[in-house]
Amino acid sequence: MKGVDMATDVLVSGQPGSGGSGATPPRAFLDVRDLRIHFPTDDGLVKAVDGLSFSLDRGKTLGIVGESGSGKSVTSLGILGLHRLGGTRVSGEVWLDGEELIGASAERVRSLRGQRMAMIFQDPLTAMHPYFTVGAQIVEAYRVHNKVSKKAARQHAIDMLGRVGIPQPARRVDDYPHQFSGGMRQRAMIAMALVNNPELLIADEPTTALDVTVQAQILDLIRDLQEEFQSAVIMITHDLGVVAELADDILVMYGGKSVEYGTAETIFRRPEHPYAWGLLGSMPRVDREVRDRLIPVKGTPPSLINLPSGCSFHPRCPYVGLDGIPCRTEIPTLAEGSDHGVACHIPPAKRQRIFSEDIAPAL
Amino acid sequence: MINFILRRVVTSVVLLIIISVVTFGVFFMVPKLAGTNPAELYVGKSATPADVAATARKLGLDQPIYVQYGRFVKGIFVGREFASGTNVNHCPAPCFGYSFRNDRPVWPTLIDRLPVTISLAVGAAVIWLLGGVLAGVISALRRGSILDRTMMIIALAGVSLPIYFTGLLAQLWFVHDLHWFKGGEYINFADDPFGWANKLFLGWVTLALLYAATYARLTRAQMLETASEDYIRTARAKGLRERSVIGKHAMRSVLTPIVTVFGLDLGQLLGGAILTESVFGLPGIGRLSIDAVSTKDLPVVLGVTLFGALFIVIANFLVDIFYAVIDPRVRIS
Repeated sequence: MKGVDMATDVLVSGQPGSGGSGATPPRAFLDVRDLRIHFPTDDGLVKAVDGLSFSLDRGKTLGIVGESGSGKSVTSLGILGLHRLGGTRVSGEVWLDGEELIGASAERVRSLRGQRMAMIFQDPLTAMHPYFTVGAQIVEAYRVHNKVSKKAARQHAIDMLGRVGIPQPARRVDDYPHQFSGGMRQRAMIAMALVNNPELLIADEPTTALDVTVQAQILDLIRDLQEEFQSAVIMITHDLGVVAELADDILVMYGGKSVEYGTAETIFRRPEHPYAWGLLGSMPRVDREVRDRLIPVKGTPPSLINLPSGCSFHPRCPYVGLDGIPCRTEIPTLAEGSDHGVACHIPPAKRQRIFSEDIAPAL
Repeated sequence: MINFILRRVVTSVVLLIIISVVTFGVFFMVPKLAGTNPAELYVGKSATPADVAATARKLGLDQPIYVQYGRFVKGIFVGREFASGTNVNHCPAPCFGYSFRNDRPVWPTLIDRLPVTISLAVGAAVIWLLGGVLAGVISALRRGSILDRTMMIIALAGVSLPIYFTGLLAQLWFVHDLHWFKGGEYINFADDPFGWANKLFLGWVTLALLYAATYARLTRAQMLETASEDYIRTARAKGLRERSVIGKHAMRSVLTPIVTVFGLDLGQLLGGAILTESVFGLPGIGRLSIDAVSTKDLPVVLGVTLFGALFIVIANFLVDIFYAVIDPRVRIS
């Protein structure tokens, strides 16, 4: 349970006031500390990510789950330094293999992008340039970080396309993105992201735009390639089924904050945050009997400009105000549970009882 | 691709036929319906009815309109004869008839004027394309800055100010007051390239200002739209330098609509820039057309109109082909 230890360790050091633990433990390969990404708009300041901390080792997968607008994608763009420029305020620390990126020069971060950290986007049709061939786009990604001849780069691109399971790669390399099917296009996108053997791979809803049969193939592919390259993978999704298959650790985001963070085992077996319960209840399961209906999380995601006071989940939480706890006034911190962090005012013992007595039987 | 080109050629030809029917109809039938005989326009008001009738016969204007149109088309492709009494006048192909005013054949007149119009249009096009696109890109990249706002105000002024204002002002300052440029007659490029450029320069700039403004605004809007595309984010995620993200990935998408508009604008200008040619005293096609209209010189008006239409149709054709070449999605489907 190395993942568990790591998560606990991170959560401890992430707590305010608990940092003075003497000798600094070696940092994880990716270590994100109190990341905040705010951008001003005409309507007010959008706090897309507000104090997020997590860490990830090589060869491990972190699943970030949450609804649309919970700050998942902005987090990944923030790590890569791709958040919208011009007025965007970023603070906190992002350590990649011991190097801090938030304070690094734009040129330094650029040279790491695509080289040591790469990203797979949600919709491969819009994410690839319609006017350039797939091969040309992969070659470009390779040559910007490697001084090789065009011919060698092209051969490498063909190899990569073959490796991600595209048949007849030597022929398909000269096709345009629109000539690929959805699944093949996402494979090409993955080939492009992996062309420099990145140590950190961020996949932002990589299967959302694909049909179900192809989804599983793409997830298998990402897992196989991860084993081969020993990359750290961040899998961003709103689909718990996806992370159930792949993730070692899971971070549940709500309103730009982390509300629950622990190993995948913990989050699926013993979740403690009412929002995580809601997500589990709304997930279709094939390993159980078919229920009549999925149970949605009631209400709508909060506005990131005017977050609800106190716990930002309180307007949607069925346990709000239980035993007079101050849900509406005090912001809960990601307190440490037995082996995972939960940002909830309900006392841990009570949460665990509610889950085992009321929630789990209904799932 | 061959199929695509052939289809485009056929549509272009059909379009030209329709244009010729309509323009011919307008110029030779409408006067008739309004009660004037086109022959009267040729011989003048003081002529006797007998003279008018003789002229009408000589020009074939006494024939039904479809016969006239048939002869006109025949003249364009194989030439035609105009007979007055025993005198037979052969007009070689492509024959657009003779001017009512100076009896010169229309086609050679057009060809004479063409170099002037081409010089003006192409020179201005180079300036506005480079200037407009550059200004638009800079504006988009520095969105919201003083530079962006200043350029967009200049662009707005450029679109709003008419040629006969900017052109006359430019002549007043740079020719009359400052003597930076010489006035006077148009000079052929072959005779004196410097004189040619000197004479055309203000015309180029004035005309270019009008178009550059439009292009700057178009480029800016296009660039801002493209900048938010997913594939631009992908380009950055690959670690490309900002220079290639903008210069290669974004520009490729920005230039597509610019080229379309550019083809059509240039095609239209080759049919004559009436205002610019008039203001700067350039004897081009535009000047010819305005002179022909004011003297009711029907064959010249018809010739100029068809000539202009020809350029626009050709420009359209080329733009379509170009589109298919640069956008792979058009080529395949």
